[in-house]
Amino acid sequence: MFKRIQPVDKPVHLVFEEQPITACEGDSVAAALLAAGVTAFRQVARGDALRGPYCMIGNCYECRVEIDGKPNLQACQQRVRDGIQVRLQRGLRKPGERDEP
Amino acid sequence: MKDYDVAIIGGGLLGSAFAWGLADRGLRSVVFDEGDNAIRTARGNFGLVWVQGKGLGMPEYARWTLESSRQWVGFAERLRRETGVDTQYHRDGGFVICLDDDDFDSNVGLLEQLRREAGDGGYEFEIVEHVELRRRIPIVGDVPGATYCPHDGHCNPLRLLRALHTGYLNRGGEYRPWTRIGGLQARADGGFVVSAVDGKVVAAAAKLIVAAGHGSRELGSQVGLQVPIFPEQGQVVVTEKAAPVLNYPTNYVRQTDAGNFLLGPSSKNAGFDTSTEPATLRDITANCVRAFPLLDDFRVQRVWAALRVMTPDGFPVYQQSDSHPGAFSFACHSGVTLAANHALEVTEWVVRGDIPERYRPFHPRRFDVQANPASR
Repeated sequence: MFKRIQPVDKPVHLVFEEQPITACEGDSVAAALLAAGVTAFRQVARGDALRGPYCMIGNCYECRVEIDGKPNLQACQQRVRDGIQVRLQRGLRKPGERDEP
Repeated sequence: MKDYDVAIIGGGLLGSAFAWGLADRGLRSVVFDEGDNAIRTARGNFGLVWVQGKGLGMPEYARWTLESSRQWVGFAERLRRETGVDTQYHRDGGFVICLDDDDFDSNVGLLEQLRREAGDGGYEFEIVEHVELRRRIPIVGDVPGATYCPHDGHCNPLRLLRALHTGYLNRGGEYRPWTRIGGLQARADGGFVVSAVDGKVVAAAAKLIVAAGHGSRELGSQVGLQVPIFPEQGQVVVTEKAAPVLNYPTNYVRQTDAGNFLLGPSSKNAGFDTSTEPATLRDITANCVRAFPLLDDFRVQRVWAALRVMTPDGFPVYQQSDSHPGAFSFACHSGVTLAANHALEVTEWVVRGDIPERYRPFHPRRFDVQANPASR
């Protein structure tokens, strides 16, 4: 769907759901995924419908993904880093129960 | 220019509830609202339908609040059935979390005083110590305890506003946004003429309801209504969404049906300033994290400030004008909690043209320095 208008000169490697992706330094995670043909970033809270980026400027929260185990991150607000593991945000995050403080 | 039974100035939670109720009673009404450049108090609510702790020194208000929370059950169901809009009202009771022993003592003391003032009416609440609290709300932090009131609940206030508007429009009600009202005048025949700020006459009506939030003070004064209100700023913090873990609304935090946590409360006198600032937001989040430590690693999605419609004693101001009978004004900070009463009961007063005796304490003459029980 999307095509890069400039070649990738400084490659950064990440993984989205087991799929290796080569991005360009300075890309947002959202841009990198879109350029690699990924459009489904998350699964809704109820049901299994998929969602992807809408605004790309941090407002719509549709592009949330899990990065290195941290849930609910807006892919459009995160820069790519070498070696990051990106996953679909599947439904609502499960808040961890804490031990007695 | 059309002639209406009632012209309502203000399309917020009060005006919309009145509009819905009047349309339900078959009256022809019109609602004048400003645009989104208005103060829009009705868009900034936390969403509690709350009874606990309200009405100290005015048992009529405590009773009024309780009555509305009871009416809310059928009211929410009617709104859903008739408009398809689910207000997401839940009435499982609510907790006032106390962060330390002093806080716990004074909160229990407040509720005991309310119970004394309620007399035979009774005042239901429960003292919940830490261990039991942890059983009911497993995510609660290391706090001494809480008080619980079975009548408390919460809803989505934006959906409430939408449901009221939808129900009103469905019954043929007329809603006129972008019409800032500037003039209210009595007609020789007893009705009223309403004009916009540019002087253009926009409606004539037999009766008038001024429910214009912070605009009520100036508008009301034109028809003999004194509306002693001032803005009290409150800030709200919203976190990212999570799976449901908080099944009760509390004084600090509630989790919405969508999964977000709403964090509050705060209160300060900032005039009409609706900007948030770090000191207040830090206080809010610090208290909420003490109450619910798991919030510590939650990201904040949005923050905002809104301006409560506050009266000198915090209780509602309801009145019909002495000099201009047929002109009413209603103002309070509990547009969500009291929505059911406003829609179902207050509209009846307007139709009948009389505020019942038992609601006299809501009249602003209570602020008159000359007022005392003997002279009333």
